[in-house]
Amino acid sequence: MTEPVLAIRQVSRLFGPVQVLFDVDFDLRPGEVHALIGENGAGKSTTMKILAGYLAPSAGEVLLDGRPVHFPSSREAEAAGVVMIHQEFNLATPLTVEENIFLGRELKRGPFLDHRAMQAESRRLLERLHCAVDPRARVSTLSVPNRQMVEIAKALGLKARVLIMDEPTAVLTHRETDTLLEQVDRLRAAGTAILYTSHKLDEVARIADRVTVLRDGRRVMTAPAKGLSEDRMAETMVGRELSGLFPPKSSPAPEPVLEVAGLTVPGFVRDASFTLRRGEVLGFAGLVGSGRTELMEGIVGLRPATGEVRMEGSPLPHASVSAARAAGLVYLTEDRKEKGLLLGKPLGENLTLLALDRFGRVLIDKAAEERALTQAISDFDIRVGDRGISAGSLSGGNQQKLLLAKTMLAEPRVVIIDEPTRGIDVGTKQQIYGFIARLAAEGRSVIVVSSELPEVIGLANRVVVMSAGRIAGEVEGEAITEENIVRLAMGLNHRKASA
Amino acid sequence: MSAVTAPRPRFHLHVLGPLLALFVLIALGAWLNPNFLSYGNVTNVLARSAFIGIIAVGMTFVITSGGIDLSVGSMAAFIAGLMILSMNALLPHMGEGVSVILVGVLVAAGAGLLAGWLNGFLIAKVGIEPFIVTLGTMGIYRSLVTWLADGGTLSLDFGLRGLYRPVYYGGILGIAWPIIVFAIVAILGEIVMRQTAFGRHVAAIGANEQVARYSAVKVPRVRIATYALLGLLVGLATIMYVPRLGSASGSTGVLWELEAIAAVIIGGTVLKGGYGRVWGTVVGVLILSLIDNILNLASIVSPYLNGTIQGVIVILAVVLQREKKAADAR
Repeated sequence: MTEPVLAIRQVSRLFGPVQVLFDVDFDLRPGEVHALIGENGAGKSTTMKILAGYLAPSAGEVLLDGRPVHFPSSREAEAAGVVMIHQEFNLATPLTVEENIFLGRELKRGPFLDHRAMQAESRRLLERLHCAVDPRARVSTLSVPNRQMVEIAKALGLKARVLIMDEPTAVLTHRETDTLLEQVDRLRAAGTAILYTSHKLDEVARIADRVTVLRDGRRVMTAPAKGLSEDRMAETMVGRELSGLFPPKSSPAPEPVLEVAGLTVPGFVRDASFTLRRGEVLGFAGLVGSGRTELMEGIVGLRPATGEVRMEGSPLPHASVSAARAAGLVYLTEDRKEKGLLLGKPLGENLTLLALDRFGRVLIDKAAEERALTQAISDFDIRVGDRGISAGSLSGGNQQKLLLAKTMLAEPRVVIIDEPTRGIDVGTKQQIYGFIARLAAEGRSVIVVSSELPEVIGLANRVVVMSAGRIAGEVEGEAITEENIVRLAMGLNHRKASA
Repeated sequence: MSAVTAPRPRFHLHVLGPLLALFVLIALGAWLNPNFLSYGNVTNVLARSAFIGIIAVGMTFVITSGGIDLSVGSMAAFIAGLMILSMNALLPHMGEGVSVILVGVLVAAGAGLLAGWLNGFLIAKVGIEPFIVTLGTMGIYRSLVTWLADGGTLSLDFGLRGLYRPVYYGGILGIAWPIIVFAIVAILGEIVMRQTAFGRHVAAIGANEQVARYSAVKVPRVRIATYALLGLLVGLATIMYVPRLGSASGSTGVLWELEAIAAVIIGGTVLKGGYGRVWGTVVGVLILSLIDNILNLASIVSPYLNGTIQGVIVILAVVLQREKKAADAR
């Protein structure tokens, strides 16, 4: 057994009076993938940040090659070969790919930048990732998965000995995930020590050599990945047995609530038509980039679109989010940090933003707002110590619950939820599935857009599959299988008969 | 971790800072000159602050929504010129009376509203940067008023001036009208910012326009409304200003925009938008006027250094803001 290259011993960390890590041990050995898993808020991010020099431990020590070190900042950690790839990208979007990869360590010839050498090196790094991005392209023009690849290429360029990957596949498709895991494998073979976090436990089972589970800031298990089932991992994370991730499906009423006919969103979606029934959970599946999000944004008026959207029989005007909301149709974005919540604002202001008209005609009724927050915290089980904190200080799962509470406060009859559980741990997922099933049981109609097939399969009464900007077909009841959906999503058989 | 939350410090320098500075200035003024707290001086300081103050309240909304308006000084001069010209022109037809002044007031309010709406329209609907739009209109209004005055001064008819004078110099219960108007505008402004959906929406747009859009906030409409409100308040400030001198020229209202912006920033509103407080702006306006007043009353430091001291205070205020930003950043 090789000696660990980077380790933490008995590390604790406090934020103010709140302790988030308790005597955690963790180590990374060369040529090993060590997965760190846990629920949102279990302390994964804090552990990673301490390892990568972004945070100092409140107690305990960090060991590099067996000797205690202190990284004053991430820069020193990077110089020592410890590189962290963030979940939220650290890319300067107006700059080109090449400029980003070499940011802060530009190659020079004399006083001038050596663009040719930097481009060649960038191209080489991206090729290793099977990523066909031009190094001269601006990052702002890239898709999210490609940005992730650039971020990884940047880390590869730093010749990292220790690579800390914070949910690298959260925004990647299956194929991109495969490419990434191949790269991880290759880096491991080259002797790199890799810390890998993901909420996708199948990936963890596939790539990891060892698994450490954190729960409530404590290390509860470190074990070889071999022989560790996904169920066992999930149960260790949550600390209880998880049976029935998905609640039973209720049956929808026959009458249509939302009818979409011939909707075209220029550049993204062509001629999409479908109906949604009362009390139905309608799944929307398809590859990333197949136009699902754009279709939904077109329906609720966030994007210019042509075609017809009828809510309970009456047509909705185009490009008006407020008209859609007034008609009882709301959209919950997949991007909770940039489009969903005001991260610097308190919880209450976030909660009521969409439904502010319900809190007083002229002056806002702050007491009612407080009551709504109390109600939302208990209804949606938002775990928060101090109600006065800003939304940005909540963990990802709690942010998602707050966003859900905000959306439901508008009392919609149709809710479109885009990626309801992106970046959320399994325990919170189960809760959110429960909320969705409850909405349908109450007679509301829900559209669930998701890249996670088990989620769509487990929740939906009917699944519409999109492929390359068109509706490729739909499946219902027993026909909702992974195979059928994937066939449609890949465009293999068009227009499978729908029931 | 329900819990990456720092404890909330009980003492926020960025909240109390401006108030502390104001009290220090008042104490300093009273100590340096016994006349400082006299009725005459206090009235003088407050009445002179009123123009910038009324404008700065509107500017608070614009800045909180993430915008800026550089045109307010020129706009005030242009509106003053327009008001004087229309009153003088109507005088032969309507006779010397309150009705002429009322028409002038309506002209000023309407012109302000329209000019502000135009700024807002170009910014929110045409999509031009606020800095560029208002830099443009700043030049336009300044040149228009100079042109209207033919490079000289536009003067209100002498008789009307006498009739209009009490609007600046008069008052009730010993409180001058400009002070009363400023106080009402400030109180209403604070209520609108803090207690209405409009204020909430303004801050939401400044904090993150995308989130506001996705939350069914009518972003263009709210944006235009902030500029139109500011224009209207510029009109109101002009209505209070014209009776003071009874004239307007190419040099009327010069640098008002910078003073208004400085007051807003000193008051703790975030220049990038997302957070604004009207009461802070009022404190900012008072701080700026008191510095000017103290330098004039006390002969320790040359009044020519007024700008230097004000500049230092603006920069200090922004340094204090950083503390808040750091606290919110996580």
